[in-house]
Amino acid sequence: MTATKSSTNAIADAFAAAAAENRAALMPYLTAGYPTAERFAELLEALVAAGANLVEVGIPFSDPLADGATVQHTSQIALEQGMTLQKAFDLIREFRRRGGSVPIVFMGYTNPFFQYGLDRLAAEAVDAGVDGFIIPDLPLEESEEFAVPLRERGRDLIFLVSPTSTDARIEGVAKKATGFIYCVSLTGVTGARDRLWEGIGAYMQRIRAHTDLPLAIGFGISTPQHVAQAASMADGVIVASAMLNAIAAAPESEQVAVATSFISAMKTATYRNGQQD
Amino acid sequence: MTDTLTKPDAASQSFPDEHGRFGRFGGQYAPETLMPALQELEQAWIDAQADPAFHDEIARLAAEYVGRPTPLYEAERLSNEIGGARIFLKREDLAHTGAHKINNAIGQALLAKRMGKKRIIAETGAGQHGVASATVCALLGLDCIVYMGDLDIERQKPNVFRMKLLGAEVRPVTNGSRTLKDAINEAIRDWVTNVESTFYLFGTAAGMHPYPLIVRDLQTVIGREARQQIQERLGALPTAVMAAVGGGSNAIGIFHPFAGDANVQLIGIEAGGHGIEPGSHAATIVAGREGILHGSRSIVLQDDDGQVIETHSISAGLDYPGVGPEHAWLHDTGRASYVPITDAEALGGFIALCRTEGIIPALESSHAVAYAMQWAADRSKDDIVLVNLSGRGDKDLETVARELGVTL
Repeated sequence: MTATKSSTNAIADAFAAAAAENRAALMPYLTAGYPTAERFAELLEALVAAGANLVEVGIPFSDPLADGATVQHTSQIALEQGMTLQKAFDLIREFRRRGGSVPIVFMGYTNPFFQYGLDRLAAEAVDAGVDGFIIPDLPLEESEEFAVPLRERGRDLIFLVSPTSTDARIEGVAKKATGFIYCVSLTGVTGARDRLWEGIGAYMQRIRAHTDLPLAIGFGISTPQHVAQAASMADGVIVASAMLNAIAAAPESEQVAVATSFISAMKTATYRNGQQD
Repeated sequence: MTDTLTKPDAASQSFPDEHGRFGRFGGQYAPETLMPALQELEQAWIDAQADPAFHDEIARLAAEYVGRPTPLYEAERLSNEIGGARIFLKREDLAHTGAHKINNAIGQALLAKRMGKKRIIAETGAGQHGVASATVCALLGLDCIVYMGDLDIERQKPNVFRMKLLGAEVRPVTNGSRTLKDAINEAIRDWVTNVESTFYLFGTAAGMHPYPLIVRDLQTVIGREARQQIQERLGALPTAVMAAVGGGSNAIGIFHPFAGDANVQLIGIEAGGHGIEPGSHAATIVAGREGILHGSRSIVLQDDDGQVIETHSISAGLDYPGVGPEHAWLHDTGRASYVPITDAEALGGFIALCRTEGIIPALESSHAVAYAMQWAADRSKDDIVLVNLSGRGDKDLETVARELGVTL
């Protein structure tokens, strides 16, 4: 089993760096253009300053069928303000110009990527500094058309596995995956939850048996306790709706500070054995 | 007589392929969480198809409960008024619950029972699929939850009440455009969450494989009956077969058995709404381009950035920015053609059928009637047009009254 075929290696390096500190990589999610394009850029820099190791950037889509109420809402707000895939690339290009170096992974649905053109998508990802793509409505069976141009440009197509995935499907994903594997923590859509699924430990062991790639847990990770629990069984932890809810609830002038303290608390929880440097 | 009838062409039966593709259209652009369920569903469908008892049960309910075969009726007064081709109507409006949707709902609900799933979810636009689903769930003792855009709830009140009477829970969908598209999104989200216990009774021949296959197979009873009926009546096949296309289930149901009859024109009628500007119609094939929506690669009404755009039609059942992949393929190969009919033209068809034949058609079906009238006018009595009268119009009376400026 090859550990990683990511030719940029940025994603693999980010997981390795976190592992060297005996902690899970922390990967917050922001919807591109939410609450505004300007505030998104501020939030992105603030999350990195607060300890995010990678950042997942949601590309808003009119029909986000794998997302719960929070990301539906942030996507709609972003779209109403004119956010597009091209503008999201431009936001990341500006983030890179200002020295932002953490890996950026776009998360979006197939159709906007498909309409942009897949070769153009891969080329623009190189130019703007986007390292990978998570596409929740692109299962293994349909992935090759997207994977080929991304692979040619050294971009990772991140596959998802879910609690309903059979061992055969997990094995299939493990053979094609690069970068990391996105382990959906529950049977359901994205959104904050009160607790993690009780079967998650056995589920993660089942995935681990098929791959040496980094495993990141996402969906429903809402509190530092959830992060600590996930960090004990995975290489990375993804936090989305809970943070977006906190940002949405804050007065505009405090949104960056709220996100910063949210991620700082989450980062502390990524250290295993309670260690922190 | 029957032995002189030609059989539907077998070659057209071989699509979709094993990947759920009709040419490059179709497929399974679905969340990973649903993939095992979709594969289980496909296998259950294949197993059921091979089981004579399953077919017998569908046939029994079709005959005793739905009232099949539905009649083939020659609309002579309408034809005479136009003075062109002869117009025949396949009377799906006479099926139990008032539309073709029951054909699919019975088959899928029996499949759910075979699979041991007791919780049924469905989406609905006009409410006809919701009513059909609620009906079959009452019949088979299954729990039924129907997702419906709150805009559609507003314009289809009688059907909402029908569903509730039949014991279904109607869940309003308030996000997005608050119509069928968003009801499907919400039903998919429910399925992703409750996939172990739940059967998604999908209403049209669109969405992720195997739904375009299952729905088509269950709706082809329309075309098989009509093909036999018209040959028995005329000793010939029709010149053209027409049906309204939203997602496309009634159209594929009547088209498919004629697909191998190269001389029979297949014409799908899309909702032209107020006209051709984006947002004012739902003519997906006429005005859309290739894209991916609700798990299927097909043709989609979308902007330059791939965002799905809002649609408009006088008929809630056609108010959908996508279309089934088999229609995209029939269009792409040139086997079928697709034309728009505006709200005003559909209303004209509606009134004409009321006045000349004493049949109140659904506004969806009225689109097909309106185009058939235009088409027939330019032709002679030697030409035969077969129209799928997919549903009856009781549910639309409030809408039609408003359009006509009548207060009920």
